[in-house]
Amino acid sequence: MSEMISFANEATKLLHWIIDFVLNLAVNFGVPQLINAGVFYGIAGVVIMMAYGVVLFRNIVHSALCLTASFIALGCMYIFLSADFLGAVEIMVYGGAVAIIIVMGIMLIRREDMSHSNPGRGVVAHIAAGVVSALFFISMAAAVIMSPFGAPAEYKLSDSVTGLADLMLTKYIVPFEVAAILLLMAMVGAIIVAKGREADEA
Amino acid sequence: MFDFALQSAWLIPLLPAIAFAVIGLGTRQNKHLSAKIAIAAISVSFVLAWSVLGAVLTNNITVEAPFIAKTVWTTIGKIELAMGMLIDPLTVVMLTVVTTVALLVEIYSLGYMAHDPGMGRFYAYVSLFVASMLGLVLAVSFFQMYVFWELVGLCSYLLIGFYYYKVSAREAAKKAFITTRIGDFGLLLGIIMLQIYVGTTDFAELQLQLPHYIDVSGTGLLTVIAFLLFIGPIGKSGQFPLHVWLPNAMEGPTPVSALIHAATMVVAGVYLIARAFFLFNQIPIVLEFIAWLGAFTAIFAASIAITQRPMKRILAYSTISQLGYMMLALGVGSVTASMFHLMTHAFFKALLFLGAGAVIEAMHEEADIFKMGGLKERMPVTCKAMTVGVLAIAGIPPLAGFFSKDEILAAALEHNFFLFLLGSITAFMTSFYMARLLFVAFYGELKDDCPAEETNDFMRYPLVILAGLSVVSGIWGHFFGFGEWVRFGAPVHEGINFFVASSSVILAAAAIWLAYAIYVEKRWSAHGLAAKWGIFYNLSYNKYYVDEFYALVRYYGCFMVARILYWIDLNIVDGAINMLAKLTGKAGGTLNKVHCGSVQLYVICFYGGAIIVMGYALIYAYKVLTMAGGAF
Amino acid sequence: MIDLQKAFELIVNIGLPHCLLLSAVLFSIGLFGLLTRRSVIAVLMCIELMLNAVNLNLVAFNRFGSMPDHAGQLMAIFGIVVAAAEVAIGMALAIKLYRERNTVNVDELNELKG
Repeated sequence: MSEMISFANEATKLLHWIIDFVLNLAVNFGVPQLINAGVFYGIAGVVIMMAYGVVLFRNIVHSALCLTASFIALGCMYIFLSADFLGAVEIMVYGGAVAIIIVMGIMLIRREDMSHSNPGRGVVAHIAAGVVSALFFISMAAAVIMSPFGAPAEYKLSDSVTGLADLMLTKYIVPFEVAAILLLMAMVGAIIVAKGREADEA
Repeated sequence: MFDFALQSAWLIPLLPAIAFAVIGLGTRQNKHLSAKIAIAAISVSFVLAWSVLGAVLTNNITVEAPFIAKTVWTTIGKIELAMGMLIDPLTVVMLTVVTTVALLVEIYSLGYMAHDPGMGRFYAYVSLFVASMLGLVLAVSFFQMYVFWELVGLCSYLLIGFYYYKVSAREAAKKAFITTRIGDFGLLLGIIMLQIYVGTTDFAELQLQLPHYIDVSGTGLLTVIAFLLFIGPIGKSGQFPLHVWLPNAMEGPTPVSALIHAATMVVAGVYLIARAFFLFNQIPIVLEFIAWLGAFTAIFAASIAITQRPMKRILAYSTISQLGYMMLALGVGSVTASMFHLMTHAFFKALLFLGAGAVIEAMHEEADIFKMGGLKERMPVTCKAMTVGVLAIAGIPPLAGFFSKDEILAAALEHNFFLFLLGSITAFMTSFYMARLLFVAFYGELKDDCPAEETNDFMRYPLVILAGLSVVSGIWGHFFGFGEWVRFGAPVHEGINFFVASSSVILAAAAIWLAYAIYVEKRWSAHGLAAKWGIFYNLSYNKYYVDEFYALVRYYGCFMVARILYWIDLNIVDGAINMLAKLTGKAGGTLNKVHCGSVQLYVICFYGGAIIVMGYALIYAYKVLTMAGGAF
Repeated sequence: MIDLQKAFELIVNIGLPHCLLLSAVLFSIGLFGLLTRRSVIAVLMCIELMLNAVNLNLVAFNRFGSMPDHAGQLMAIFGIVVAAAEVAIGMALAIKLYRERNTVNVDELNELKG
């Protein structure tokens, strides 16, 4: 009985400490900011975990699913960063179109057992890749940390669709048209490449 | 009205140029429309040119006070290049002669080219040819003259190569272009030097500045310039070393030959020297050179013409010879005589060529005079016109050639007796070979299979008109003060030097009699004479082997050098390249072991490089930041 | 002694560096996958990850940078366009490759080996 009481006491203490800590944080930083940070870390966690899933799964279908999830989370991140239109585009294009293309590609290519459909390379390759990507991350992180970014400018919430449309159809009209042509070319090119030679069909 | 002509003289070359553009771009396929356009353009130019003559006569424009209108065409650095027109009596003589001959030639071509499918093209080329010649005549500066000079060269190339499907025509066109190009290069060098050292190429300005320049710098450099400038006329006007293209120019249609030889291309050189005579006059040694070269060319070409058989080739060498006369006249300092002879020669040489064209056409492209004979009966009008032409060139009074040749010989006599002697011998030869042509082709007995018939109206009437001009132009020039009008320096009063006149007339008559005796009476056998004087006959018949000499020079000069250079290229230049290639190959063979074909290894290398670059940048940034006080 | 307060501030005040670090992590994961996966399709997916990391950078700079307009987002859109084109072509190539060679493993595709 006494153990139970002492446990309850300890638990209560812990709870109090946690409540104190949270209240302290809330007092020090403000609730909205905490929520903000929580959302960011939550989304970032999903993005990173799903990205790891893409890399680590042995089944390529799982990889593709993780990729889709990662993209959707990234779309949420865009929305979090006030780029709502872009977030929608990300979810639609990546979470929708690109994911479907990849899955269809997988279906067209893989017809046997899926469990080892995403093989990795040998140990040496893994070590080399780990070293290179770690070094790359370290150098980029160092660059980020060293850079003296000023305090973020006060962000005026504005309609990003209107803003983007304005830019896209005035100042950046040429890149816009070029992008359109690029898409057309990619479409035609993909059809021609995937169609195969006439001789193959005959 | 005349003033209007003076102001709009620029239309004279422009109209044929427009005709060229219209025909070339539009109506080439339509033969008769093309011909009409070309003839309409040249007719207007013709009228304008004669109106300009009227304007010059009424407005008291003289060689001292020419009418000049020019505009800046382009500016290169500090050099302003002007285009414009300079009109003085010299110009007007050329304008009238060129437009008249060109008009007649184009009308003649209506008949001559009637059955040629390339008639539209022909008229386009001829129009451009005439336009460029007229532009050359109107030039205000050496520079403008050079532009049109080159255009004339181009047109001659196009026209000589008119029958481009014939190998000989192509070769002749190339020969003409390349040979005259040698001269043009000298001329260009001269013009550039003139611009550099005297500072202008404008005739009027040059005339003003040249005395000062000579006072300051002497005539040393100017001599070089004058020689270089003279190389151009050597090429264009067919003087001795560069005359070889002219006989080959016969490959073009005959009207073109008439145009090239009579009024346009070849006299461009004579005109250039006459126009720039103020420059040449300052340098006696160059004038002396011109005179001797002219005299030599005259006798040289005449001696070749004596033995040639194709009708047009005889006339070609005759042209070279007559051009030598003109040069001789310039060299002894008589612009008047030279231009006078240029004018009369234009008429009678055009007449002779057009006549020859008529004959050759009537003979179905048979050019050898010894295969003709007795054409008098078949082609009476042509025969009469040709007779007038031959008498004119032989210098029988009162035809045109008599007056102009007499003036040249008189000027030569004043200068140097030996030059006079050369000129007189040439006159004798000229009379002989022209009479030979006439007697053999027209007067001997008629061959049985002779297909000749009188030509059509288009071809006949220009002959008649030119014959008329050949008769009157000498008298006209002599009695209406050509010398007071076209001159350099003080007015020249022409009087007939009776010694010169009588000697040349006697020589000409003797030559004609000799030709008559040999070829009509057959008092002596032509073959026998040829055999007797074999070596001279061969030399003359083979044109003194000048072409062969050039071929030899080309072989030993160019081919040998080329062979040496070929060896160097093969063994040294190529050797170096081959060694480099081998080295590259070896290096590649060694290095391609790195390329194991694994894309992911490439990616690792790529990112490794990126990391190194980024690391360096980070260290650098770190240093800068710590120096600036630190961001940490 | 680490100043807890300041450390918390650094963690909680979400700003440009956080986004950039997230982007760097994403990029490095993509790079790792690019270097270790054997299947062309997996490689393609990893490249997509890296492209998205770049896009995230652009968006973050647009959000926290000093430029008032939406040029950064526009660039991200162009990036998405290019990535879409790339994935279409890449997939077509992968399918073609599979038809020709019956394999999509990059380490077996070493025709260019010197």
